[in-house]
Amino acid sequence: MSTATHSPARTFAAHAVLIAYTAIALFPVLLIVINSFKSRNAIFRSPLALPTPENFDLIGYATVLKQGDFFLYFQNSLIVTVVSLFLVLLFGAMAAFALSEYRFKGNTLMGLYLALGIMIPIRLGTVAILQLMVASGLVNTLTALILVYTAQGLPLAVFILSEFMKQVSDDLKNAGRIDGLSEYRIFFRLVLPLVRPAMATVAVFTMIPIWNDLWFPLILAPSEETKTVTLGAQIFIGQYVTNWNAVLAALSLAILPVLVLYVIFSRQLIRGITSGAVK
Amino acid sequence: MRNKLFLALLMGTSVLGTAGGAFAQDATLTIESWRNDDLPIWQDKLIPAFEAANPGIKVTFAPSAPTEYNAALNAKLDAGSAGDLITCRPFDASLELFNKGHLGDLTDLAGMENFTDVAKSAWQTDDGKSTFCVPMASVIHGFIYNKDAFDQLGITPPATEEEFFAALEKIKADGNYIPMAMGTKDLWEAATMGYQNIGPNYWHGEEGRLALIKGEQKLTDPQWVGPFETLAKWKHYLGDGFEAQTYPDSQNLFTLGRAAIYPAGSWEISGFNTQAQFKMGAFPPPVKAAGDTCYISDHNDIGIGMNAKTKNPEAAKKFLSWVASPEFASIYANALPGFFSLSSTPVKMEDPLAQEFVSWRDKCKSTIRSTYQILSRGTPNLENETWVKSANVINGTETPQQAGEELQKGLDSWYKPAK
Amino acid sequence: MVTETARSKSPIRWHIAVFLAPAVLIYTLVMILPLFGTLQLSLYRTIDGVRQFVGIDNFRTLFGDPRWSASFWNALGNNVWFFIIHMVVQNPIGIALAAILSHPKLRFAAFYRTAIFIPTVLSFVVVGFIWKLILSPLWGVAPWMMDLVGLKSWFTPWLGKEEYALTTLGLISVWQFVGIPMMLIYAALLSIPDEVIEAAEMDGITGMSQFWKIKLPLILPAIGIISILTFVGNFNAFDLIYSAQGAMAGPNYATDILGTFLYRTFFGFQLQLGDPNMGATIASMMFFIILAGVCVYLFAIQTRLRRYQF
Repeated sequence: MSTATHSPARTFAAHAVLIAYTAIALFPVLLIVINSFKSRNAIFRSPLALPTPENFDLIGYATVLKQGDFFLYFQNSLIVTVVSLFLVLLFGAMAAFALSEYRFKGNTLMGLYLALGIMIPIRLGTVAILQLMVASGLVNTLTALILVYTAQGLPLAVFILSEFMKQVSDDLKNAGRIDGLSEYRIFFRLVLPLVRPAMATVAVFTMIPIWNDLWFPLILAPSEETKTVTLGAQIFIGQYVTNWNAVLAALSLAILPVLVLYVIFSRQLIRGITSGAVK
Repeated sequence: MRNKLFLALLMGTSVLGTAGGAFAQDATLTIESWRNDDLPIWQDKLIPAFEAANPGIKVTFAPSAPTEYNAALNAKLDAGSAGDLITCRPFDASLELFNKGHLGDLTDLAGMENFTDVAKSAWQTDDGKSTFCVPMASVIHGFIYNKDAFDQLGITPPATEEEFFAALEKIKADGNYIPMAMGTKDLWEAATMGYQNIGPNYWHGEEGRLALIKGEQKLTDPQWVGPFETLAKWKHYLGDGFEAQTYPDSQNLFTLGRAAIYPAGSWEISGFNTQAQFKMGAFPPPVKAAGDTCYISDHNDIGIGMNAKTKNPEAAKKFLSWVASPEFASIYANALPGFFSLSSTPVKMEDPLAQEFVSWRDKCKSTIRSTYQILSRGTPNLENETWVKSANVINGTETPQQAGEELQKGLDSWYKPAK
Repeated sequence: MVTETARSKSPIRWHIAVFLAPAVLIYTLVMILPLFGTLQLSLYRTIDGVRQFVGIDNFRTLFGDPRWSASFWNALGNNVWFFIIHMVVQNPIGIALAAILSHPKLRFAAFYRTAIFIPTVLSFVVVGFIWKLILSPLWGVAPWMMDLVGLKSWFTPWLGKEEYALTTLGLISVWQFVGIPMMLIYAALLSIPDEVIEAAEMDGITGMSQFWKIKLPLILPAIGIISILTFVGNFNAFDLIYSAQGAMAGPNYATDILGTFLYRTFFGFQLQLGDPNMGATIASMMFFIILAGVCVYLFAIQTRLRRYQF
């Protein structure tokens, strides 16, 4: 590589920008977590100080853990997110492949039809969706949430994935066909691995709104057994809104699992992105 | 093949999802409520008391956050998945549910005789023929103050408006305390703790409220603009950045001992008792001149009704009759000081602050919030607009006259008083 | 696509149906049918408890009645401003960060990438609450920090001021979502083949000019996607405003966007009863606005973008 692109000043500037932005991104989160370990007076008096032995206080966490079964909520959120994510990626990729690979009557129309869902918030269909779930006996089950989130995630997944699938070289697919591979094999063996970066991106896009959704858990599955973390935290915050110890602790508990999950997942994500790029 | 996989996944998840919902032989009643603060009281006190007396009926209290309650409840009622018992907002919101057939008629419920017509008025049809919720509690407005701060500064609870502002001025001059803890960020605080708190003294309680409904008075009349003018003066006594101060901020400001006066609703009492480290007192909204009749907002706030489509109407009615009983009234009023029972049977309360609030009923005339009955049935909604206007007036972005004019204009656009 | 002629010998290509069926089925059943059930409500009105077909009367009310139209234009105007903030702040920052990060020799890239994306994985409930706390005059974190850099006099209760509240929320939203354009552009930059870059370097095109002349044209499709995603996301936005300012989108409706306006109308709020018909009317308008935007993208922009197959 030429030295011109790697002058120390340039590198320094790059790091300065990144460090500054990282600080902006992380500061609010750190602030919440730090203060959740302090006593009420310390929270208000010196919000920016680290907890010291004198003002270290776990009362907030005690309150939170006594009130709700956050572990169960977390498990519910995890099941819903992972299953919906899997279905969105699988079905979305299949549909995107059909749209971008084959020319058939109504292709464009089908593409537009599948993109419609990006434009209207699914929240509007709440009453009809709820009626559907009541009729099929799925109220207060995680299945109801999974169905809704799968439907909600599909339009965007199809939209992004078909954009990326158009970039997959035709020669490769044709070579596969000449070797006698079925269309299914071409999709699973040849195309899917190549669009891994896009899949990872779609996964993140799909995961975030599902994990963070408040509305559908509230309407479709508000029972104690099916509560998600976001719903649990929201109800809790509403209940203890003046008790900052408890609120900060609840916020931290809602943040930390996602963070851990994300940090683990981000390795896979980046590996997916990079391995797709280096062919 | 993939479809099979999909089916298997669906089945798998539905098994996981329903595992908790085993069916029991007993009737199980679910209560919908916005009072998520009260969850421990229901779980630890009220429900055990009921279940002990009524074996075979299980009760679950399932609250949602107050801001989502109406929307979520309506969606669930429309789809038929709502709980058996519905906590009722007062007046028009519940009336609409009854008219749509979502709430059962409770006119003949055993125990209804324990309530006066005034108590029931918040949950009756306009002709008073049908009652659809059991009245639970009312809340009273006034001001809670930091007794230590008042003693320190030599201030006595003000009775007139002049004394009130003199006290605020004195606290401000001293500089140790923020004179008054209120913010305008959440809007409703300005309207409920401000406008509806001090207003009844201006429009003479029921007299003005009913005249407004009949169309004999306008929101542009002096007695309706007056409270706005007073609110505009509050601005100088609120904490820095009150425009972004939320309701919980205000509560914390007061209970941390940093503010001297808190425009309050009586529902604050139990929370303040546990959080404040100083002595507290309360005074009713100050009157114009010494010796004037005082008026207080004693607002029917919460009731409970029956989902018309409940599968266990008998059990639900049993529960509601129990809610109507003096036994419930006594447990509830003492567990939640500041929620005053609407039962005709007097309830003995232990809490001194709650006693202070309720004692005003004897010396002042009671009324309910002016915007709640009939006047909030259309769009724009008078109550919600009053929130916005009260905040605007305090923020100084609108004059009291403008606020009054716009409210009246909005009301005129859909409301035609019966002649 | 060239392959089609070679392969059209089998009359019914079942695999296309198999590929499409699961997505189309779930999507139609759980999303499209309920949504259209809702949208058609905009053509009805409930009069004395009876549902009546009224044609486009509700739209006339929305635009003809000064109160409704004032609320609608206010919300639309705010929404446009919200979108502009994202386009001029979020997306350039995202692209710049991605460009720096994609530098092959950069150390700690993984750390930065992970850290900058963290706000995006937080829920609106959490984000709304965190920023309310930080900007709260009571807690004093924001004034204190501005004091550090000598700007304390600039502090105002932003979320409570009509002139600043919406911009503040827009920036909060940028803070939360900047990771998305960053990741998308990052993925696009990484998928540029090394040969292309090497060829450019042979020709002496390096550094900034390499970015502008070689990489930017190659990632234009990705920039197109993030623009349209930003557009759609912003015009569907609701949660952040709702959790930070409440359904009334105060102060004085200064932060009211189409999503909050729709929510208040459709589901009602506090004493305001829900009006599904007018709500559906607003929803239909949102749908048309977004549809128009997407069509502009699909027909005017996307078709002109050159796509490169690697």
